[in-house]
Amino acid sequence: MGDAAPVLAIRDLRIEYPLADGGAFVAVEGASLAIQPGEIHALVGESGAGKTTIGNAVLGLIEKPGRIAAGSILIDGKPFVSGDPNGEVRLGRDIGAVFQDPMTSLNPLFTVESQLVETILAHRPMGRRAARDRALELLRSVGIPEPERRLGAYPHQLSGGQRQRVVIAAALACQPRLLVADEPTTALDVSIQAQILDLLRDLADTQGIGILLVTHNMGVVAQIADRVTIMHRGAIVESGPTAQVLRQPQADYARALIAAVPRIDVRLDRFPMLDGVNHQKAARARGAFRGKLPGTVGESAPAGEPGAPLLEVRNLTVDYQAAGWLPGVARKGFRAVDDVSFSIMPGEVFGLVGESGCGKTTIANVVAGLRRPTGGTVRFRGAAIAGEGSAGWTVRSRRAIQMIFQDPYSSLNARMRVGSILSEPILFYRLAATRDEARRDVETLIEAVGMDADAAGRFPHAFSGGQRQRLSIARALGARPTLIVCDEPTSSLDVSIQAQILNLLKDLRDATGLTLLLISHDLAVVRQMCDRVAVMKSGKLVETAAAETLFTAPEHPYTRDLLALVPTLDHVRGEPR
Amino acid sequence: MIRVVLERLAQAVLVLLAVSAVSFAMFRYVGDPVAAMSREGASLQEKAELRQSLGLDRPVLVQYGAFLQRTLKGDWGISYRNQQPVTKLLADRLPATLELVLMATLLSLSLGIPLGVVCALRPDGIVARLIQAVSLIGISTPTFVTGIVLILVFAVTLGWLPSFGRGPTVDLGWWTTGLLTLGGLKALVLPAITLALYQLTLIMRLVRSELIDVLSTDYIRFAKARGLPSRYIHYRLALRNALMPVITVTGLQVGSLIAFAIVTETVFQWPGMGLLFIQAVSFADVPVMAAYLLFVGLIFVIINSVVDLLYAVVDPRLRVRAG
Repeated sequence: MGDAAPVLAIRDLRIEYPLADGGAFVAVEGASLAIQPGEIHALVGESGAGKTTIGNAVLGLIEKPGRIAAGSILIDGKPFVSGDPNGEVRLGRDIGAVFQDPMTSLNPLFTVESQLVETILAHRPMGRRAARDRALELLRSVGIPEPERRLGAYPHQLSGGQRQRVVIAAALACQPRLLVADEPTTALDVSIQAQILDLLRDLADTQGIGILLVTHNMGVVAQIADRVTIMHRGAIVESGPTAQVLRQPQADYARALIAAVPRIDVRLDRFPMLDGVNHQKAARARGAFRGKLPGTVGESAPAGEPGAPLLEVRNLTVDYQAAGWLPGVARKGFRAVDDVSFSIMPGEVFGLVGESGCGKTTIANVVAGLRRPTGGTVRFRGAAIAGEGSAGWTVRSRRAIQMIFQDPYSSLNARMRVGSILSEPILFYRLAATRDEARRDVETLIEAVGMDADAAGRFPHAFSGGQRQRLSIARALGARPTLIVCDEPTSSLDVSIQAQILNLLKDLRDATGLTLLLISHDLAVVRQMCDRVAVMKSGKLVETAAAETLFTAPEHPYTRDLLALVPTLDHVRGEPR
Repeated sequence: MIRVVLERLAQAVLVLLAVSAVSFAMFRYVGDPVAAMSREGASLQEKAELRQSLGLDRPVLVQYGAFLQRTLKGDWGISYRNQQPVTKLLADRLPATLELVLMATLLSLSLGIPLGVVCALRPDGIVARLIQAVSLIGISTPTFVTGIVLILVFAVTLGWLPSFGRGPTVDLGWWTTGLLTLGGLKALVLPAITLALYQLTLIMRLVRSELIDVLSTDYIRFAKARGLPSRYIHYRLALRNALMPVITVTGLQVGSLIAFAIVTETVFQWPGMGLLFIQAVSFADVPVMAAYLLFVGLIFVIINSVVDLLYAVVDPRLRVRAG
């Protein structure tokens, strides 16, 4: 083969996992793709599509008992036999890998130097000193500041972005021809994501490394990929140059997937959906439940004066303090939230955005009563519920403010049936006269979030992530709240599920006049959902504005930076600007 | 680092104060020493005098203060039973127990870790299954049963090893050791195995489950993806991560080995502190019991402090948090 040999050629790949009954679960079927030197090839799809399985197959790291049942994988025209230390193609030397989470990819007990040097020595016969020089050179090439000092550092002493650079440096240790990057930026903030993407693009352009980029983020694909392959349920549904696939997708699934990506450039009425749920039944149930919410019938909600905010946060400050060895003796603390003020009007969707560690989740916890503020006040319907001058939480304010958490897998008690989980708030707050009525309420709730009422008899593990998040929402609604605090409600879900959940929250808001505090790092989601948005940076609020104003005419430079860094579909690589 | 050490020391002092309070309370509530010490048919007058001479009529806090003072001076009183200073009794018995515990710990670590590694690397292999099955027996058999069975087989039937006692010992002046004579070593074998068995299985199972967990982490996957040799990955990278909890458990276990050597020492009539304690219990010899309690507490505290500091040496993340 000549110069034109692809660095990676996959042909008719079939990967199966044997099942107990003698059959096999086919994770990947008939997949073919090729990567030329210097090319970034994106492999996209939702969870379970088989994209990571292909990445692992290329690395020879398929978890047992999975196996490659048919097809071939050629690296640089040569077969790769995993586990053969003398093979023509060697993992780590000819193929490098970058994984999703830089926090867990490096061994916490060994220094950066040890992890780099051992990798180099495993493949190149050279002295320790020479290997150290090479490691230093690698760190420099991935753009780590003060590489000399970083060599002696342990992983925990580096930031997430720096760790991912170290991971990339280790993957590049022996100048591989191919780099397999599995969601390399998913765990990173947008600003760091932008840096890492630039680095990957630069490696492909200057060193001619072929990169297989496994991702679910269409924005990332649009920004750096030359070609893209879309997978659905183990099969490739579409493949081609990025601009062509993203702009004129041919397959139905590809069209739907691309349309479901939340857009940051325009606000749409609803999120386009990949597949429908039973809308009519859900809408009917929402109508039925609407009558039970405060402010409509029965309970008179003390609304305060008209025009007064529902929730008012004033000069909120929260310090985190590590506990000392004696009670009462605190070590030096960390200010997570610094003098933050904002207010939310009834019926509003208020967004709080910022990068990780900026304090947004801390605010959510204070508002929901899960954490005590160090200073400032939180007023709900005019009455202080936390901070200075507060009389503490009352049963009424606890009930009126409910929370939806980020991870639907850990926020539902695995040992309780869904029916018991949902009836707990109803019974606790005595919102139903009889158990029978509570049971009927639970059924209405489950239908209101677009599921079948028989879910009540099952345990949470019987449901997918998206379904569980629906149940979390139903649980929050069960307490008949006025305000729901949603902390990253969709960040652990696929785009199609995300669209469903966000539509559901929108529908509930429209049907019941709920007020939402939405915490998110995803600016596109915020744009689609929120009426007003506050931007946070290192514990401080930098800008609060109406959503449209913020996205069309951001005032603060930080907001402008954030918006500029989000990978979007506005400009697809390969298109003329 | 210095700050951490100081903090640990302060904690240790607090714990020891608590233990000393309990052991002091034993004097007051476990029987009446006056009744135990005075001769039969002593008059009330005589008893009151004895009470006064022992200082038992003073306020509780003053007595506790005096108790602490004496304890710090190493004076743990006189044994009710054989009228010797408790400190001397303990010092005589200490080497026997420590040598037994040391051997048992070495045995359980040197066998437990390799066996655990074998089980973790080939969890479905025949060897691993066999080890697992045997370890289940080891962990569920009471120590005294193991001891008696061992005596029956190796001492009574085969006659290879002695069934009781410490054998001939060498007196080094401040320490009597059985490690320097053949007879002493032979006498050590059965009790050490008996005492080690439970800890061995514990360590083996711990290493196994920790290593299996570690082997499925991202950083091990990433190490494989870098093409590092699997021996390096298993024995240098993964084992180091897996041994973190083993350090804690071993530390705690050494403490409880000293405490639970009582059973083994009784079965083998091993002249250690455990046997001393059992004899003290049957005679309600409160000074010995209290001193034993305090002493075991001291050893627990020392070992745990050492383990905490060792952790910081092995895990760099703790070093920074500490500093």
